[in-house]
Amino acid sequence: MSKKYWETLPQGSVVLEAGSSAKFKTGGWRSMRPKWIEENCIQCMFCWMYCPDMSVKVTAEGKRAEFDYDYCKGCGICALECPGKKGNKAIVMEEEGK
Amino acid sequence: MGKIVAVTGNEACAQALKQINPDVCAAYPITPATDLMQRFSGFVNDGKVDTELVLVESEHSAMSACIGAAAAGGRVATATSSQGLALMWEMLYIAAGTRLPIVMPLVNRALSAPLNIHGDHSDGMGARDTGWIQFYSENAQEAYDNTIQAFRVAEHLDIRLPVIVCMDGFIVSHSIERVEYIDDADVKKFVGKFVAVNPLLDIDNPKSYGPLILTDLYHEYKRAQHEVMTRVPKVVLEVAAEFEKMTGRRYGLFETYRLEDAEMAVVVMSSAAGTTKDIIDQYRDRGVKIGLLKPRMFRPFPFAEIANALKHVKAIAVLDRADSFGGMGPLYSEIAGAVMQMDTKPAMINKIFGLGGRDYLPDQAEHVIDELITLAKTGKVQAVKEYIGVRE
Amino acid sequence: MTTKPLKLRELAKGEDRFVHGHRMCSGCGAPIVVKQVLMATDYPIVASNATGCLEVSSCIQQFTAWKIPWIHSAFENAAATISGVEAMYKSLVKQGKLEDRNVKFVAFGGDGGTYDIGFQSLSGAMERGHDMLYVCYDNGAYMNTGIQRSSATPFGANTTTCPAGDVIPGKLQQRKDLTKIMAAHGIPYVAQASPANWMDLMKKVQKAFEIKGPKFMNVISPCNRGWRSKTNDAVALARLAVETCYWPLYEIENGVTKITFKPKEKKPLVDFLKPQGRFRHMFNPENEWMLKQAQEYVDNQWERLQKEAAFFGGEEKAEEK
Repeated sequence: MSKKYWETLPQGSVVLEAGSSAKFKTGGWRSMRPKWIEENCIQCMFCWMYCPDMSVKVTAEGKRAEFDYDYCKGCGICALECPGKKGNKAIVMEEEGK
Repeated sequence: MGKIVAVTGNEACAQALKQINPDVCAAYPITPATDLMQRFSGFVNDGKVDTELVLVESEHSAMSACIGAAAAGGRVATATSSQGLALMWEMLYIAAGTRLPIVMPLVNRALSAPLNIHGDHSDGMGARDTGWIQFYSENAQEAYDNTIQAFRVAEHLDIRLPVIVCMDGFIVSHSIERVEYIDDADVKKFVGKFVAVNPLLDIDNPKSYGPLILTDLYHEYKRAQHEVMTRVPKVVLEVAAEFEKMTGRRYGLFETYRLEDAEMAVVVMSSAAGTTKDIIDQYRDRGVKIGLLKPRMFRPFPFAEIANALKHVKAIAVLDRADSFGGMGPLYSEIAGAVMQMDTKPAMINKIFGLGGRDYLPDQAEHVIDELITLAKTGKVQAVKEYIGVRE
Repeated sequence: MTTKPLKLRELAKGEDRFVHGHRMCSGCGAPIVVKQVLMATDYPIVASNATGCLEVSSCIQQFTAWKIPWIHSAFENAAATISGVEAMYKSLVKQGKLEDRNVKFVAFGGDGGTYDIGFQSLSGAMERGHDMLYVCYDNGAYMNTGIQRSSATPFGANTTTCPAGDVIPGKLQQRKDLTKIMAAHGIPYVAQASPANWMDLMKKVQKAFEIKGPKFMNVISPCNRGWRSKTNDAVALARLAVETCYWPLYEIENGVTKITFKPKEKKPLVDFLKPQGRFRHMFNPENEWMLKQAQEYVDNQWERLQKEAAFFGGEEKAEEK
């Protein structure tokens, strides 16, 4: 006998899959898009530390990689906190869709 | 096997908890339940149990800590009364909705205002919609037996719901009665090992408890919760049958007394049933066909079974030790709901009695039965709801 | 377990314990606080969470941002709930039913769930001595329900329940000093931190986890919706809060007060107030007294804190960037 939909729900609404929010992509919220300019990046990792959306990818060596646009909400904290190199920011914000 | 003792209802329940040895108890004192947890604290501090006792700063925190502990993955109990239960109200729903098998003796007491510390069922009735299973006990023996059975029902893998075990404040909680204790080893065997379901302390398999569920799924979760309640009666009866094998004491969803051939019935819960039975005997001696139905399990309410037990009576008096102001007594509403399923409808009256510990005396039972006799003859209800034992 | 080194590159190699896909507003300070707390240690952590922004946005239906065991039950009881979890852990370990893995217990709550409705539950759990760390992410109002005043709301702020009106210009009371109140519980560790000073924050978390018993951390958590600021300035404002001494970084360990970061130059409070729309009315000429009063309060509190720290032997040198 096939189960009714409500019979398939987890007991007591407990979520059994840890970190399952990764299936919910928040990148679509973005109106501003951060752009990483690698030549200005000093790998300080502040953008990674301060990102509220865990949207700065990191290599196996612990170095900064590209933004994770699936989740980045475009708040711009990274760009503001970026110390850059010789006065040139390694992250700039651009209007989404341009 | 077993041991016969003279103890209070609180003492008997504390003994049951000691024999069950819960992993965590979180509690806050309140009259008349104070004595229960006080005795249990003695067992903890004397090393008679392994329980981690969390002596919280309020009943709200008591139930919150019980919820945390039960979700963590172990056997949990607490006890309370009256205002304490009222303060827990929010958390009662959360315990049930999260399907946590917490067991809680509730020493029934009136609710404020005015402040009163004595027994009535206002507290338990206020919690009737919370999703907890509710048992009501007539005496200390039943309170003891129900507490032990409650753990089996709560923790049954088809159920996993919290259970309240009620006894009347002072009348039962503080009166010394003859109680038959079961041997420690037998209780332990009967209750069995706790089986954790999705324990939070399974560190390698992290779970999230308590998500936000909006319009697209909340209704379905409640439907599922309702379904669990429909499975409860069967489990309660299975547990009771096993309990009877162990002790010889029989429990059902409700108890009937001289009801089989009765033309009239009194429906009443807890300690007042005892007094009523005595008066029924007196009327029976005079040839009056009167019987009694005493619900034991108030939630879920066994509508069909009760309707079947009452199907032959012409008149029913439902005695409520609580009021729903502006409505009918809560027990009356349920019985009326059950009676609706019968082909022939008996005449029904509702009496509110014993609020705030007002004694339920034999003359009140006589008054009710006299009215039932007239009602059975005429079928005419004068007043559906009436207070009895009230100063006029 | 040894305390792990707080090197950014090493930390970045680690696995997130609070992951993306959560639905906090763009630029919210709270997830930065949470990630720093969880990142500070490799100990297994079990967390509870009071109802609030963080809770409703991090666990919705079958989507949870938590990679650690996590429990939410209600608003006012994160401390009581985790104390039940901790008690069960203790009980099961004591009875040999569960392996002792040095699990750490953390409760997260906003200022509403901590300063106000959850205060009794917090106070009780601290007094009972549970082995737990309570972390308040303080954004200074009931943000989840739409920016209503809390006892953590700073003097002068415009909120939806204390609006800057024609007669009453915002909140007229100073905020409750919860950090000090928690210290008055006599618990072994209390600290105040800011996500802008990440190393200071994480060191405090590490220290807290090495101490048995109840610990409390109050962490400022900018909210651009409630503070009426920009989506990109959460960290900048959290830094300004520290540099103006509105939110001093200090700890009280076993009753000993230590300032953990002393700004080289104490900035005027207006530097913190100005970028926030919730204080805009305070810059109107007729409300000059409000700016003065707000500055005086910060000065007094800061002076008092310095005296306390001096009584115990001074402050630690600044180690931040």
